[in-house]
Amino acid sequence: MAHSPRRLRSPTTEAPLARYALMTTAFLFLALFLLLPLAAVFIEAFRKGSGEFFAAFGDPDTLAAIRLTLLVAVIAVPLNLVFGVAAAWAIAKFEFKGKAFLTTLIDLPFSVSPVISGLVYVLLFGAGSVLGPWLKSYGIEILFAVPGIVLATIFVTFPFVARELIPLMQEQGTGDEEAALSLGASGWQTFWYVTLPNIKWGLLYGVLLCNARAMGEFGAVSVVSGHIRGLTNTMPLHVEILYNEYNFVAAFAVASLLAALALVTLVVKTALELHYGAEIAAGRKH
Amino acid sequence: MTTSAAASVRWRLRQPSVIPGFGLTLGFSLAYLTLIILIPLAGLVWRSASLSGEEFFAILADERTIKALEVSFGTAFIAALVNVVFGVIVAWVIVRYEFPGRRIIDAVVDLPFALPTAVAGIALAALYAPNGWVGQVLNVFGIKAAFNPTGIVIALVFIGLPFVVRTVQPIMEEIDSEVEEAAATLGANRFQTIRRVLLPGLAPAILTGFALAFARGVGEYGSVIFIAGNIPYVSEIAPLLIVIRLEEFNYGAATAIATIMLALSFVMLLVINLIQAWSRRRYGYGA
Repeated sequence: MAHSPRRLRSPTTEAPLARYALMTTAFLFLALFLLLPLAAVFIEAFRKGSGEFFAAFGDPDTLAAIRLTLLVAVIAVPLNLVFGVAAAWAIAKFEFKGKAFLTTLIDLPFSVSPVISGLVYVLLFGAGSVLGPWLKSYGIEILFAVPGIVLATIFVTFPFVARELIPLMQEQGTGDEEAALSLGASGWQTFWYVTLPNIKWGLLYGVLLCNARAMGEFGAVSVVSGHIRGLTNTMPLHVEILYNEYNFVAAFAVASLLAALALVTLVVKTALELHYGAEIAAGRKH
Repeated sequence: MTTSAAASVRWRLRQPSVIPGFGLTLGFSLAYLTLIILIPLAGLVWRSASLSGEEFFAILADERTIKALEVSFGTAFIAALVNVVFGVIVAWVIVRYEFPGRRIIDAVVDLPFALPTAVAGIALAALYAPNGWVGQVLNVFGIKAAFNPTGIVIALVFIGLPFVVRTVQPIMEEIDSEVEEAAATLGANRFQTIRRVLLPGLAPAILTGFALAFARGVGEYGSVIFIAGNIPYVSEIAPLLIVIRLEEFNYGAATAIATIMLALSFVMLLVINLIQAWSRRRYGYGA
């Protein structure tokens, strides 16, 4: 509110000076906390040139970590996809008792610390448990092995697809499906040819976020993995090991791959919002 | 599920509909939910209940546990406050101002959701360490921003920002400009309009955003441990203490700390729901 000569301006915007101050504050804040860290990942990765950068990917342990991360995502994401579609179908297309409670339970993993998400499986399958030793007697290893990593990843990415689809399918109602059924389509036909085309962009959106988290999860996986190099190390865990060994170039090289994945996720996500905003539904913002 | 008894139970459970697949989808969802989420969480509660009350409180009364909980909740609280201030400014700039690259800025806000926490952690540590780009500048002013609680706050600010922006932003977009015009017509200056007209309407969303950022910050692990320094009693967060106790095979202590954290985060969840219910009653929308 300057006392200098006043010009007429809209009463519903701020004075230019205030506007610039707010914009500068916002940009500086975002630069300092978001953009600079992102840039740092790539700069640190190439600090000693591209030769060192690519050398990091010649390490068989690194390659094993990349393979394991892909494997875990390939198992965890489709399972949560099927669950998300099933849960959204039941919740959005039907009225039943306890629906609100079920919806709350689905969101539960988001309010649990990643470390606790891993801990619950350690308690369930660990040395002091009933299940662990029993499974072990049949030669099945869950903890400090791939199944445990997959379980912990499923836990932390559990709500992603469901919480995208539930509001979307609720908004779309049941009219289209009822029309298809009354025209003689079977239940599966109705789903494949009517519902699925209606929800495909929302589904893709949910899968995208689910996949980003599945590949990047650290805390939960760290607790159940056992950190066995070349065997139970995912990419984020491998980043930690390299970093703690002061092998910074390699740590940031692997990290830059994960950062690139995050950037691709953001670009696709923004493109989906831009082109199919209405078909992704209102409830999408976290 | 072919018996008439089962069918009649289902009819009472749900309202009739011509759409098929209720039993299949709900059954699968419940089974999956139970196996993946409910049984493991119940296992945690059961394990914690098998500790005697004395054992449980002895673990919680341990100086190191108390300090770790203090550090976790204290730093998460400060970071959420920082995020409320800057998150509202960022949301305001994105919603209200036209400038080149606005859409990119809007997309960048989601970076903490997309970037793996370990990557964020080592990047922040590299930047804010005394020999990092930002750390060197801060050093000149005698500020140490890494390997102490300040470092934890920095990591949690990173992690929590989108929660505030994405909660406040849609509500800001819906503000009816007539309200602002009316305030201006009645003689309010811009600052008064913002403080007395706009902010009260945004308050529930801001509170929800604060609570979400706070809850996330309390449980955060990956982005924090690299920049925290992890000094017991000083910059050791509660999730890290759980990991340490697990590595010592002290499952009892790990379980007790996890249970108290879980209980506190459920209280947070309850508070968020209450804010939303209250806001729906008072303002006609859920933040």
